[in-house]
This record gives sequence, structure tokens and C-alpha cells, in this order.
Amino acid sequence: MEEKFISFQDYTFQYRAQSEPTLKHINLDIKKGERIVIIGPSGSGKSTIAHSLNGLIPFSYPGESMGSLTIGGKEVKTLSIFELSQYVGTVLQDTDGQFIGMTVLEDIAFSMENNCVPQDEMIRKTREEAVKVQILEKLDASPHQLSGGQKQRVSLAGILVNNVPVLLFDEPLANLDPYAGKKSMELIDQIQKETDTTVILIEHRLEDALHMGADRIILMEEGEIVADEPPSVLFASEKLKEAGIREPLYITALKYGGCKLEPSMKLEKIQDLFLEEEQKKQMRQWFSYRKKEKKEEEKPVILSVEDISFGYTEEKENLSHISFTVKEGEMISIVGKNGAGKSTMAKILCGFEKLEKGEIFIKGRDIKGDTIKERARQIGYVMQNPNQMISKPMVYEEVAMGLLVQKKPEEEIKKRVEEKLKICGLYSFRNWPISALSYGQKKRVTIASILVQEPDILILDEPTAGQDFRHYTEIMDFLKSLNEKGITVLMITHDMHLILEYTNRSLVFADGKLLADTTPSTLFGNPELIKKASLKETSLYELAKQCKLDGKEFIEWFIEYDKEVRRKWPKPLHTSNENL
Amino acid sequence: MAETLAYIQRKSLIHDLTGATKFLFFIMWSIAAMITYDTRILLALFVIGIFLFYISKLKWKEVRFALIFMFVLMGFNMIGVYIFGPEQGVEIYGTRHELFVIAGPYAVTLEQLFYMFNFLMKYLSVIPIALLFIMATNPSEFASSLNKIGVSYRIGYAVALALRYIPDIQRDYHNISKAQQARGIDLSRKDKFFDRLKNSAAILFPLVLSSLQGIEVISNAMELRGFGKNKKRTWIVERKFKKEDYRALAFGAILLVISIIVTFSDGNRFYNPFL
Repeated sequence: MEEKFISFQDYTFQYRAQSEPTLKHINLDIKKGERIVIIGPSGSGKSTIAHSLNGLIPFSYPGESMGSLTIGGKEVKTLSIFELSQYVGTVLQDTDGQFIGMTVLEDIAFSMENNCVPQDEMIRKTREEAVKVQILEKLDASPHQLSGGQKQRVSLAGILVNNVPVLLFDEPLANLDPYAGKKSMELIDQIQKETDTTVILIEHRLEDALHMGADRIILMEEGEIVADEPPSVLFASEKLKEAGIREPLYITALKYGGCKLEPSMKLEKIQDLFLEEEQKKQMRQWFSYRKKEKKEEEKPVILSVEDISFGYTEEKENLSHISFTVKEGEMISIVGKNGAGKSTMAKILCGFEKLEKGEIFIKGRDIKGDTIKERARQIGYVMQNPNQMISKPMVYEEVAMGLLVQKKPEEEIKKRVEEKLKICGLYSFRNWPISALSYGQKKRVTIASILVQEPDILILDEPTAGQDFRHYTEIMDFLKSLNEKGITVLMITHDMHLILEYTNRSLVFADGKLLADTTPSTLFGNPELIKKASLKETSLYELAKQCKLDGKEFIEWFIEYDKEVRRKWPKPLHTSNENL
Repeated sequence: MAETLAYIQRKSLIHDLTGATKFLFFIMWSIAAMITYDTRILLALFVIGIFLFYISKLKWKEVRFALIFMFVLMGFNMIGVYIFGPEQGVEIYGTRHELFVIAGPYAVTLEQLFYMFNFLMKYLSVIPIALLFIMATNPSEFASSLNKIGVSYRIGYAVALALRYIPDIQRDYHNISKAQQARGIDLSRKDKFFDRLKNSAAILFPLVLSSLQGIEVISNAMELRGFGKNKKRTWIVERKFKKEDYRALAFGAILLVISIIVTFSDGNRFYNPFL
């Protein structure tokens, strides 16, 4: 147990295309059977650590390393990627992309096939691992018949067949809904206990990752390790906040409440959290400051959906009898499991799919007969992956494209494009190649290219998927500012923070039905609804229960207080200098 | 989603054959149809093809989209054949039975109609078997059987992956094209040809880019799980050649031989009813 199985010693790595090392003098020992969570903002080097361990560095991503990295006593530099794969099994972030086989059976067997295991033995072993990850009944299913969580379990089984001593997860939660993520963490927990493997998990959704239970958290910043501590110790400090990482919400709430946090309080999991009576009193005191009055201005209805039903095939209805209205200037989250009908709803609104039953009105006008192009002037749709929308090399060209093909006068195009570029904080980048922009900036380019059509309503599909806290805040604050300029925003999302912090209403879809149309705090105060929406309970609710406070009101107060605190934060440099 | 042209898992006599059998059968069949203009052979191939399609338990609905697409292409092809050679049939068959004249050199003759009918039958006899090959062959199993007949497993796997990604790419194409249409990119026939060409680039560019991204992920995932480690590999879906496979191959070979004999026995590739 005490031997160090993985050891970084003064390890430095520089990608061939970079001018500076991405990892700087890393010293880190990991014991057999340990559970490690590596956390840090995008670009802090956490993925590079993962690639160094599984051999993608240097085989797929060439570069130069110094110092030493050993696994099981062997220097990694002397091993091939195939030899390394006998030590380290990797589950990648992209649940779809890493699915190699045509069916579950083939995907689990893939590495055995490559090792020339005889067919009979493969079939036996595949079934055995399929039982372990609870996917046995789906052995013949193809990837598109599986949910994200199921695909991830298949990938896990695919590395378990090798009996590897180290399991490495590269952002396993990024593509899962909160409920599936929670189940995934529980499975990792269970498998780790059964097999005593070393688990290394790289994530920026810290609170969700810790659901599996971790021995240590490694906090990375700019290629260096800035903290290497048990969760309880780290949470009692301010290091996460300083690094721009989101703390678990209950920790933030306790800090807002003025509680002094000690590692002895079992801070790592809300379920284990131990609060003294004194501290509970403090929280109740803090809660009593909340403001009660709430006035909602009555705004005119902008979008009204009346009794829509739709099916891709005649046999099955993907949406049935959906009705709701949206008021001008609202910011709404559309939530629910994959396949619940959220995206279908968005596609129907934009005219991508033809509506057969039901009515849609925008500002009181029936838009059923409008073409895609005509609808786009009222409802803009932003896809999840900006790379799927960008078709020109330069920022200005991309944003202007829609207007150019409509043969608008050049003067007007210039005026409209520049105006939108300014709104999106991209004016200074107008002559830049898009390939040089960050993900968040690309996202804004796609939003700008939709905004030039001057729609009243913007629909975004998973605007923050896979983004770290800094980029999340950057994208969401930007959307908030658009919203404040009068654009109505609808977002399809799984992100619980987004739902809580930025939207005033949630539409909950399940099995093609609109299950609820309610406020986020009501949604998160209703365990049954949470389950049906494939979300998970927020730790705030649990904390409120422990302090004998009303869950829904506690959540509301926390969000309000948090907004107030964050408003006072100085704007980070990277956003301010873009608006020059 | 729209019907796609991809493998559909089902239980049938055709599905039970190994991928290599179906591949070789398809090749022999295509050669048989390609070398001949003999109407009797083509009709026979067509009828057998339809019969094989029937016993494969594939449904008309599943291939409707692909068929319509192919019929449109064939229609254009036929028009082209007529425009560029209205007297081709007369030349081949050596007689001339004129029905009526459309304009100038364009007359309609029985010979031309018969020639074009044969031309059409060539397509129609290959299409059912081509569809069978694509839709009743498990790509991985196909790869494994290619490997068995001596093709490198890397090539086999590349083919299998390509087949597997067809539906994904179709889906991406659908989504991207809709999103681009919403930005005013028009692909309908209203626009000039040159504009349309330019506009389709607006869809292809992101499609290629996101596909390239996908390739990086999958090749990393494959390498991490030891793909390419050994000269050989095993296959969990591999199937042994059974009696039925040998029978199917024998049947294909017999058809090919008959086609060759009948076609070339009288020294002419064309069956001539006009003499």
C-alpha cells in the first residue's frame, strides 16, 4: 500500500509547438490504491499530466520532457504507448468519440482483440466486465442506442478487461447530465473498492467529482502544483477561490455565513459534513438577512407555443402537447435527459423540422408558414460546437457571411457587423483569423454571426459545456449582458450552476412532455422533479436541511447573495482588454 | 432522423453469410452485369436480385430514400445517353424502326428505346445487391473476413470505421446545413450554380473540420487501447465459413460463367430481337 506507484520527479514538459513548457518542475508521488482528483483552470496543465501518464505524450502530441516520470518503477520514456496501456487505462472526455466498436460487445473487447486473445475467452471476459459496469443487457446495442452515461460505462469496461493498475479519467463529467455523472462517480467508487486500483480523475466540476470520495486534490495553476492536500484541508483555505476554481456550493455558503471552517468538520462531502450547533445558528442568522419583497415586472409575451406535437417517425411522438409562453427579456433554461425532446423543441422553433400539429406565435404572429431564413430573423440558433458553425477563416467574414449572401448593401453590412462585433467584445479581433481565438471567443463569433440577423430570441444549445469556471463566467456574463440589452435567451443545458445562477425560469422536459414550467429554486427544492429531469440535488438544499431552514428559500437567498458578491469582484483582465 | 444507408441488424439467410462472402458475391455479380447487354441475362439478374432482397427481410421503407436518389441520378443519366447518342441503338442493332421525330436529329426509334432499356436494366440488376451488401453486412464482421482472406486488418478496420461513421456524418451534415440555412445560405435551385457551389462550401468547411476533430479523438482512443500493437489481431465478431457461404459463392460463380458464355457465345454483347 505504501509504495509509490507513480512518481513525477522534477518533471517538465514542453509541446513542440509551444514556446514555453506546459508542465514546470512537477513533483508528485501517487501510491497504489489512492484516489486523486487533479483540478485547475483550462490551460493549467492538468490534461498534459494525463497525456504524460497514458503515453499520448509523446506519441500523439510530440514534445520534450525533462526530469523523470516512473510508473511501477519503470521510466515512462522507455515504454511504448502499448506497454503503457498495460499500466494505465484511460477513459476520455468525449463519450461518443472514444466509442470504437459497432456495438457494446465489440467496444469492450477492442483491446483484447488487439492483444490477440482467442474468441471464446474474449466473449467470457467481456460478459464479466459488462456485469461489473451494469451494461450486460445492452451488449448488442450500438452507440446511438445508449445514453452518455452508458457509453462511458462501456469505455470503462473496455479498460477494465486489461486489469490495469491505474484508471485515468479525463474530465469524465463534462459530457454527462448531473444524474448520470453522479451514478458514474458511484460506479468508480465501487470499482476502486473492489479492485484496489489507483484512480486519477481530472475534472473542473470539483463538487461532482468528489462524490466518489478522494484522498487528495492536486490543484494546478500555470503548469505548477499549487496545492496537494486532502479535500477538507483545501476547502478550509481560500486557495480554490484564488485559483479561480468554483468551490463546492455548500462550502461557499458556509463561508458567506461567516462559519470558521476546520478540516475536522469533514468538509469533503456534504453527506458527511459535521456542523456544531453554534455554526447552524450562524447560518440561520445569515439566512434571516434575506430580502422578502420580490417584484416581477409584467412584460409582453414574445413567444407563445400552443399544443405542439411532433414525431420524427409516425410510430413515436418525440414531443406531445407542448404549450408555454415566453415573455420579452426572459432568460430561460430548458432542462431534461438526453432524448427528452429539448433539442427537438429548439429545432421546431427555428423551423429546422417541420411542424405538423400545433401553433407557434411570435409577437402574436403565426410563424408556421415562415421558411428557415425568415424565422432566423426572429429566432437565432447557436449550436453547441462552434466548429460546426464556422465556415470562414476570418472573424469579420464569418460574421458578415449571412448578410453577404443576402446581397445587402455594403455600407449596411459594415455597420451591422461592426456593431455586433462591439457588442460581443470582438471588435479588436475583427481582422483576426478565427483559428487563433479561444473556445469562448469562437463561441462569441458564432453568437455575433447570428446576432447580425437581429433576432429577438436567441436559443443556445449547451452554451457552457466543458468550460472551466473562468470561461463559464465569461460566456454567461456575456449572455447576461445581451439579455439586458433586450434579447430573450433560451438555453438547453445540464449545467446546474447555470440554471440556478442565470435563469429565471426552467422548462423541464421528460419523454417528450413538458413536465414543469417553474423557477429554478422550486425545481431544486423538489427531489422528484430533479430525478425526472436527470439533475441531482444541490448541496445547498442538503445544507439547509441540516440547519433546519427552508430549502427553496435558502437556495434563492444564496443565489441572490452570491450575485451580489460576484458583482463586486474586479473584472478579470482578459475580458476588459478585449473591449478596447 | 431521415433514413440512412447503413447496416441494419436483423436475422435472415443473407445476414448469416460472412462479410467476405457477400463482398465476393457482390463483385462477381457486378462483373456479370457489367460485361453483358444481353437482355435475358439482365432480366434474370434483376429478378434474382429482387428475390434476394426479399429474403433479406430489408424493408422498402428503409431504402426508399436511397432508391429515390438513385432513380433521379439514373433519370439524368438516361437523358444524357439520349441527347449524346440518339442513334446509338440503330448503330448497335443494325435496323431502324422509327416511331416519331421530336426535332432535328432527335427521332425516337424502337432500337434506341430497347438499347436504353438494357442500359437501365444494368443499373436495376446491380442496385438490389449493392443495397444488400451495404445494409446486411456488419462492418466489423466484414473487416474480420477481409482480414481472413489476406487483407491487412488496418485497412479492414479503416473501411469498417468509415462505414460506421456514415450515419454520424449524415446527421452532422443535416444539422450544419440547417444552421447555415438559418443564416441565409440558400441551397435551393433558386440560386445560380456558382453561388450554390460557393454556398455548399459553407457547409462542407465546418463538416470537414468537425470530422477531423472526431478523427483525432478516435485515433487516440484506438492507440490507447493497443490498436496496431501486433501484426495480427483477433475479432470477437468473427464468423467461420459455413456451408451456406460456399453455396452462395458457387451460385455467384455460376451466374458469372453463364453470363460470360451467353454474352460472348454469338460474338456480340447485345441480344438482338430485331433480326
